[in-house]
Amino acid sequence: MTWETVIGLEIHVQLATKTKIFSGASTAFGAEPNTQACAVDLGLPGVLPVVNEEAINKAIMFGLGIDAEINKVNVFERKNYFYPDLPKGYQTTQLEKPIVGAGNVEITLKDGSSKTVRIHHAHLEEDAGKSLHEDYHGMSGIDLNRAGTPLIEIVTEPDMRNAEEAVVFAKKLHSIVTTLGICDGEMSQGSMRFDVNVSVRPKGQEALGIRTETKNLNSFKFMEAAILKEVERQIDVIEDGGKIIQETRLYNGDTGEARSMRSKEEANDYRYFPCPDLLPIVIEDSRLKKLRAEMPEMPDAKKARFVSEFGLNEVDAEILSGDQATARFFETTAKSSGDAKLASNWVLGEVLKSLNANGTAISESPVSAEMLAGLIARIKDNTISGKIAKQVFEALWNGEGKDADAVIEKKGLKQVTDTGAIETMIDEVLAANAQQVENYRSAPPEKRGKMIGFFVGQAMKASKGKANPGMVNQILKKKLDG
Amino acid sequence: MYDKSLSEQSRALADGKLSSVELTQLYLDRIKQLDGNYNSYITVTEELALEQAKAADDRRAAGNASALTGIPLAHKDLFCTEGVKTTCGSKILDNFVAPYESTVTRNFKEAGSVMLGKTNMDEFAMGSSNENSYYGVVKNPWDTQAIPGGSSGGSAACVAARLAAGATGTDTGGSIRQPASHCGITGLKPTYGRVSRYGMIAYASSLDQAGPMTQTAEDAALMLNVMAGFDHRDSTCLDHEVPDYSANLNDSLEGLTVGLPKEYFSTGLDSEVEQRVRDAVAEYEKLGAKIKEVSLPNLELSIPSYYVIAPAEASSNLSRFDGARFGHRCENPEDLMDMYKRSRSEGFGEEVKRRILVGTYALSAGYYDAYYKKAQKIRRLIRDDFMNAFEQCDIIMGPNAPTSAFNIGEKSDDPVAMYLSDIYTLSVNLAGLPGMSVPAGMANGRPVGLQMIGRHFDESRLLNAAHRFQQETDFHLNRPTA
Amino acid sequence: MAIDASEIQKVAHLARLSIDDSQVEATANTISSILELVDQMQSVNTDNVEPMAHPLDATQRLREDVVSEVNNREQLQSCAPAVEDGLFLVPKVIE
Repeated sequence: MTWETVIGLEIHVQLATKTKIFSGASTAFGAEPNTQACAVDLGLPGVLPVVNEEAINKAIMFGLGIDAEINKVNVFERKNYFYPDLPKGYQTTQLEKPIVGAGNVEITLKDGSSKTVRIHHAHLEEDAGKSLHEDYHGMSGIDLNRAGTPLIEIVTEPDMRNAEEAVVFAKKLHSIVTTLGICDGEMSQGSMRFDVNVSVRPKGQEALGIRTETKNLNSFKFMEAAILKEVERQIDVIEDGGKIIQETRLYNGDTGEARSMRSKEEANDYRYFPCPDLLPIVIEDSRLKKLRAEMPEMPDAKKARFVSEFGLNEVDAEILSGDQATARFFETTAKSSGDAKLASNWVLGEVLKSLNANGTAISESPVSAEMLAGLIARIKDNTISGKIAKQVFEALWNGEGKDADAVIEKKGLKQVTDTGAIETMIDEVLAANAQQVENYRSAPPEKRGKMIGFFVGQAMKASKGKANPGMVNQILKKKLDG
Repeated sequence: MYDKSLSEQSRALADGKLSSVELTQLYLDRIKQLDGNYNSYITVTEELALEQAKAADDRRAAGNASALTGIPLAHKDLFCTEGVKTTCGSKILDNFVAPYESTVTRNFKEAGSVMLGKTNMDEFAMGSSNENSYYGVVKNPWDTQAIPGGSSGGSAACVAARLAAGATGTDTGGSIRQPASHCGITGLKPTYGRVSRYGMIAYASSLDQAGPMTQTAEDAALMLNVMAGFDHRDSTCLDHEVPDYSANLNDSLEGLTVGLPKEYFSTGLDSEVEQRVRDAVAEYEKLGAKIKEVSLPNLELSIPSYYVIAPAEASSNLSRFDGARFGHRCENPEDLMDMYKRSRSEGFGEEVKRRILVGTYALSAGYYDAYYKKAQKIRRLIRDDFMNAFEQCDIIMGPNAPTSAFNIGEKSDDPVAMYLSDIYTLSVNLAGLPGMSVPAGMANGRPVGLQMIGRHFDESRLLNAAHRFQQETDFHLNRPTA
Repeated sequence: MAIDASEIQKVAHLARLSIDDSQVEATANTISSILELVDQMQSVNTDNVEPMAHPLDATQRLREDVVSEVNNREQLQSCAPAVEDGLFLVPKVIE
């Protein structure tokens, strides 16, 4: 039997506000336990919530960023359940009237095809605290610093059909929220967390299979692995004659193991109702207008512009427009060097390779966009060859000079363009390789093209790579062909 | 001096006839001597009171005194008071020393008032008789066989027994007006949103409102001047202009239209109570008011609507009392579930548990529409009834309760009978209107109050009408003989 | 609407309350009598009535995104049943 996978995602995105959604406590990451949990965050008796304007603005910007409808009247509700990381015994969230309605996200797959993933809605809510499972005399420790951090939960339709699509979509969403500046995108700190709903069905069947939800995946890699593993598990269960149970699962990225979540086993009855401590949020047209005017260029528009303005191909443009920092790095390089093609080659090549190898963010790159542009300028004016340029890049990466010119100067890498010097060098190479010269000259002209490479190589080696390869070629041809 | 009104004491302090320390000591001595009979206080803050009295005298000497400076007040024990035990009448908060100050008590602190202590109340403000307190039944100073009314029974009793110059109360379904009526004092429930709820331990958030409980309307105006106003910590507190509530007390009532809802004078109303109310209305006629019959056709539905909405909100509001961060935790919990269930079951009293169960049920899957949503629709009908009635009159008058205070133990086994006695007060909270009770004589040997209901934010008119009535009558001057 | 013993146990569990076995019947009866009282509502037609969550037609005011709270952990935890290293301690949380 051929199986089809159906995937829908729920994504929790922490909004990059200075304070909590309902209190004036800081949201800064990494503080000592409970030092950023005020009376409101702790749910002490008698305290009341007041809504953070910036959380509303950022949620609206997300809606505008995916061309979704903004619900001009939206309402906070309470989702009631008991859990130690949920101080009030309810989570303040939105259900019937979420702030962002339906929208669409376009994704481009590896094979170049594109697909639309529909967003069902996105709602505002508060994050929970954290249970620390180190042992405190057989007890758990509760840190409520994170409690009340504003989130939008983005809910997709079950539009993805395999792990690749889910990951490409997730990356696209990451790109959208970081471009908008509504989230810092730091997945390792939990700024974006994915819940993955997975089901399988026989190919051709319309009805959806029973789904499971794997919660709280905070890297693209874990998400992909968790989906692959869950799909395989579900198919195994069904093919062995078993049934899938609708359940919440946990995936441990470190061990690669997945299991059912005990605490969520019992069926919940969340008793949602409108939060009586908060009034309906009414979004005025003036607010929408102001936010619309502040919207940055979105990844899709940027990609289209990279294609039209810089002549990039779709695939390169997709990667370079993917996140704000990469796009800015590329654009700066392209503009200051005046050569978009070389800029794109270098950013996609040496720069990303070096960043990945060192686990460095592009914003922290030791070779800045200006430095790279300076390097490209020296390639263009023939001061150095492409090959030497890689040496210069490496030296710049290692901090051996403030810019390309300094490294070229210091290491004496300047290309030799003096015809006389190159001729002398070539004469020496030809003299040392008399037999090869003989072979070349007796070969039919159509084979000579390949054979000349040997002499070019020898000449470049003799010049320690500094001779201008074009000139070497030209002079060799003249001397060999007579 | 203790039997003088708050306003008279204020003038005496201003004239230097006595000091706040003397006045405060007088009350502290009376509390020690008499409160054993009434149990109106849960906590007496003797040391703090004398400290504050001293500070008030210094402030007066420095020329910065306001009308409330140095006046000894008592606060219902659901206002969080920093550094002072705040129990809400519940075992679950028996060890709770609030780490912050409610807005209402902060306002009194800033005005230089003295806090004598925290008054007894029905647990979590749930009750109409003050028999539901972990700290014991409060007795009516007029007749210790009788209930004082609830839930602000301690506040009403201590003002009636002259154990405080004035007290704060809260009113969710009649909890200021009904005990004021039963104890022969003046009580005002302001418009919802008039007084901040911050730091006031919530029972039902969309209904709770704090107000003054005093000997006279003039006193109530002085206290409301301090209590009313915008608070950025309460989203439901409205930024509505605060008038000087003392300014219009003596305005003429000529041309005032008083509406008498026919539903307030139907079966179930004790004939003596009815007579006192009609006598009071006749007094208003003498003062120049026009009397008109009006109708509130959905009045009876206020009981079911209230007894769904209030418990529903309460069931969620009380989830934070879970034994995790403050309050009672059971001994040696076996696991998390055991901690929740035992801490809450040990900590809450019977009526609180009953309302949590009703509220949980009304919000649960399958019942939400039939109960909670239905109750909210009826709430609108009830508000619309009032809006229609106020097209024809300026003030609505009627009884506060069907009878004068009943005996302790008379209804404590029958919650439904208890709920039915709230018939005349609940609708005012559902509609968010201001309501007041003023002493109107005795029925069956126990005090009776006249209830007055005004338009939203029309507290000034209620106080004016009450004050003019008190200029003509002496019911408010009577006090129980101890 | 009457509520039976098993239903009352279910509701109590949702609310994290325990009811003594000896009390279940009596509790079910009391809650049933309250539900009977509130069932009066069902006789009224409310088809075109909009539910009312708040007594006043006000809308939410928004707060500026400025940090206003300072670390006050010691005082806020002064009433906590169990605290260690700044953490609230509770019986083991099993996920």
